[in-house]
Amino acid sequence: MRYIKNVASLKFFAEKCTNCLICIDVCPHGVFLLKNKKVEVSDKDLCMECGACALNCKYGAIFVNSGVGCASGIIKGMLTGGAPSCDCGGPSSTECC
Amino acid sequence: MIDENINILELCKKPSRFETVKRVSSEWSGMDYLGSIKCRISNSFRMKYKIEPGLYAVGEPNENSDVFASANYKLSFDILRKALKGLNAWILVLDTKGINVWCAAGKGTFGTQELVKQANKVKLNSILSHKRIIVPQLGAVGVNADEVFKKTGFRVYFGPVYAKDIKTYLNAGRKKTSEMRKIKFSMFDRIILTPREIIPAIFKFFIFAFVVLLFFGIQPKGILFKSAWYCGEPFLLLGLTSILAGSFITPVFLPFIPFRPFALKGWLIGMLLTMFLIFLFNFQEQKNILILVIEILFFPMASSYLSLQFTGSTTFTNMSGVKKELKIALPVYLISSVISVILLIIYKLHKLALI
Repeated sequence: MRYIKNVASLKFFAEKCTNCLICIDVCPHGVFLLKNKKVEVSDKDLCMECGACALNCKYGAIFVNSGVGCASGIIKGMLTGGAPSCDCGGPSSTECC
Repeated sequence: MIDENINILELCKKPSRFETVKRVSSEWSGMDYLGSIKCRISNSFRMKYKIEPGLYAVGEPNENSDVFASANYKLSFDILRKALKGLNAWILVLDTKGINVWCAAGKGTFGTQELVKQANKVKLNSILSHKRIIVPQLGAVGVNADEVFKKTGFRVYFGPVYAKDIKTYLNAGRKKTSEMRKIKFSMFDRIILTPREIIPAIFKFFIFAFVVLLFFGIQPKGILFKSAWYCGEPFLLLGLTSILAGSFITPVFLPFIPFRPFALKGWLIGMLLTMFLIFLFNFQEQKNILILVIEILFFPMASSYLSLQFTGSTTFTNMSGVKKELKIALPVYLISSVISVILLIIYKLHKLALI
């Protein structure tokens, strides 16, 4: 399944990549693939901005503005002025991922 | 918290350094099955469905057995221990405040820091003779493998997304196929997530129903139930239909509904059902153009709003996309609602022969 085109904030800096393949290992949507022994982005529109690749890339070759792709979380973030979160910890919240 | 939610078989037997580790079954009890269903229905139940963090044993693990990290949301733990049936393994439960691995990883509670903390706390070093921790792949959102290695000496192996693939993964020598890396989102997955959308929507519906009945009930002679029901009934039916459209049909048939934005998908299904209902029942009051306009304006929009909420349950929507949707959808919702209310008031004043 694909979401809206050309919105994902994923950026891949091929020149910093050492082809360690951790990004391929952690991505749940197969965004990265190995082509001619080099990692490349296969389809940016598949990215859900979870941030696993960027967190685990030791070489800073990946940037993602990661966060929850959740409407109520984002609305909550807008209202409270904070970052979008599906914060389920508080006693008042009823929504949770 | 552990006592009520989990059945501990017994403490581990020898050698002595294992003796404090609680051993759990890989079978599910009736209560476990019941709990897995209640989690899908009740938010308050799910939020309390947690177990004590720490080390657990499945089977009769020893110093060479694999360690699997998990969350202290009991359903996550249950799914893992069930998948480990027949194996001897350790489960290291992190304190994720009762949230599942993926969501907790997104918040950072299932993260590098907590993993290091629990590994140190249970003295994983002294229990094991190897240096491997298998972390569910979705935990990679919060766990930085390199940092865990630097801080504990343990090498993080990101295991399969689904616990059911664990045995194949182990048999292949801790190697995943590309299929094992992918998160799926089947129709079944979507169906079991719909109660979470429908139940809060029903609560909102009760408020809506009360306001609608009150509004139509107000007559010069006081509040009349008969007129409340006569004029309010179509609105109530359409309201329930919006919930059906936005919180059930759209999520379940998600990939088959045209358009990528959820707001549009929901609006489309809402519009189709609204039109269907209007023609089917041919309500008397719909002969009034104002009411007809309100219905067409408001109810597909309600369905659209409810569908947009489902982005929180999906496995593929991203923040940038949802923000883009909201930027357009929220003003539209707001304006449509205001127009609907104004039209309603005009209708009412006209009915009361005030204008």
